[in-house]
Amino acid sequence: MNRMIRGKAWTFGNDIDTDVIIPARYLVTNDEKELGKHCMEDIDPGFTKKIDNGDVIVGGENFGCGSSREHAPIAFKGAGISCVIASSFARIFFRNAINIGLPIFVCPEAAREIIQGDIISVDPSKGTITNETRDREYSTSPFPPFLQQLIATGGLTAYVREKIQHKGKD
Amino acid sequence: MGKTLAQAIIEAHSDDKADIGNICQVKVDFAFANDITAPPAIRSFRDMGAEKVFDSERCAILPDHFTPNKDIASAQQAMEGRKFAREQQMLYWEVGRVGVEHAFLPEKGYILPGDIVMGADSHTCTGGTLGAFSTGVGSTDLAAVWATGESWLMVPPTIKVIFHGERPEWITGKDMVLALLGKIGVQGARYKALEFHGEALGNLPLDDRFSISNMAVETGAKAGLFVPDAKILTYAEKRASRSFNPIYPDQDAQYEQIVEIDVESMEPLVAAPHLPSNVHRAKEFSQVEIDQVFIGSCTNGRLRDIEMAASILKGRKIHERVRCMIIPASYEVYSEAMKRGYLEIFASAGAAICTPTCGPCLGGHMGILAAGEKCVSTSNRNFIGRMGHTESEVYLSSPLVAAASAVTGRITDPREMEEQE
Repeated sequence: MNRMIRGKAWTFGNDIDTDVIIPARYLVTNDEKELGKHCMEDIDPGFTKKIDNGDVIVGGENFGCGSSREHAPIAFKGAGISCVIASSFARIFFRNAINIGLPIFVCPEAAREIIQGDIISVDPSKGTITNETRDREYSTSPFPPFLQQLIATGGLTAYVREKIQHKGKD
Repeated sequence: MGKTLAQAIIEAHSDDKADIGNICQVKVDFAFANDITAPPAIRSFRDMGAEKVFDSERCAILPDHFTPNKDIASAQQAMEGRKFAREQQMLYWEVGRVGVEHAFLPEKGYILPGDIVMGADSHTCTGGTLGAFSTGVGSTDLAAVWATGESWLMVPPTIKVIFHGERPEWITGKDMVLALLGKIGVQGARYKALEFHGEALGNLPLDDRFSISNMAVETGAKAGLFVPDAKILTYAEKRASRSFNPIYPDQDAQYEQIVEIDVESMEPLVAAPHLPSNVHRAKEFSQVEIDQVFIGSCTNGRLRDIEMAASILKGRKIHERVRCMIIPASYEVYSEAMKRGYLEIFASAGAAICTPTCGPCLGGHMGILAAGEKCVSTSNRNFIGRMGHTESEVYLSSPLVAAASAVTGRITDPREMEEQE
């Protein structure tokens, strides 16, 4: 999760819900590539055809509100989105993104100022977002220590795997 | 410093101190998924190297979303959940016995006062009505609970919501939660818990309270909690599948914010497209002609909801332009509605009565909307494309507004029906 991120920004407003990120009619699979094909199509038809691998989603407040479907962050990954930057995230989407390894960054300033098409790079280890087009740099809000540990372990699946293996040795 | 109900429940399930903002490792009393969220949870469970769920009597799969299987792909998904449930000997109920999860689980006594419950469905917050810290999570989080019996929670600050005054006859729990949404918005309680108080709750039927907790997530909340009273304890004791310990907030609990709502002056409400917080008086939309009405879902598919719909539809006809889908949320509700003659009322009125399922609420099946169509729905979300085409529109309301609108063919304040008599 500490890889450098670089891509073009695609901006969306406040309260982007999981029904538009991946409509329920596609929830008959959990295949990353298949879900990725339909990502954001109800709010921006043809979205996945316009984007390049590594592009960045920029949202406003309450990004990912609504349903608990983990298919939403999975769809972003499947579409080749490298990370989501937002002013704030809805809580289930926040947990899901961390759990499945979609990098997310809370940064109200960046979310406000980035304009569609700007080239954005993120250094997750330093917690910095750079708007290369406008020569601006921002600091992301750091996660609590437990979440940093969870991310460093490789996400929740790896964390639980370690816990189970450890328990087996007791 | 006194604890809120959310803090008190978390502390009772954790070795960590439940100070606001702390991350606590908690023991989970009950953990479930549905036919859509189970397959990714099963995949994560296997990836974790887990072999057995932590307690087969506390882990469940409920096939309620795309069931009865709407197509081959959803049949395959449902089969995946069914096979896993059999392998793990965990709780599972088949179509014909299961209900919409958030109506069915409280009925069967699996969600109880004082519990921590996690469900891979955002409306798991419905269980807050019983004084449980019941919250929605994604599939991988749920898999971790199945594997270990534990999860993590950041202790949320709590907003105390006080419903004042005496509730008028036409005001339901749904109107009350819509009023709250209109006031605090879709992120007014993000990362927080709601705790409901006030004299208007005294005579509020339990089914209405479920509607209120159900839409807590629409305010961004983690949980929407009622403090156990005699009504809640009697319900839980009658149905409990295991023993339970009710938990209460301290008298001197510290609330981050207090939101007060005067129920006495309220009028029947709707949430207009495309956000549940876009709340207005129903009568402001009386010119809006509609194509479909949906009465059901985990928000409003319980017996009192069906009873309210029947009270309006008795002796009346559904408007010729309108398709009215009525879907009891569980077979207990379905059979009771049958015994009481409500289903006959609906059939005579020209409504379609369907088997319990989430169905049209999430645009699954049994009532998908075409471009330009408008629907009054008793469900919980009216996002773009939620119930079908991206150019369709959903107005959220109580069963009274929905049934009245089904008769007139336009959005209707139910008091208009009384005037007609």
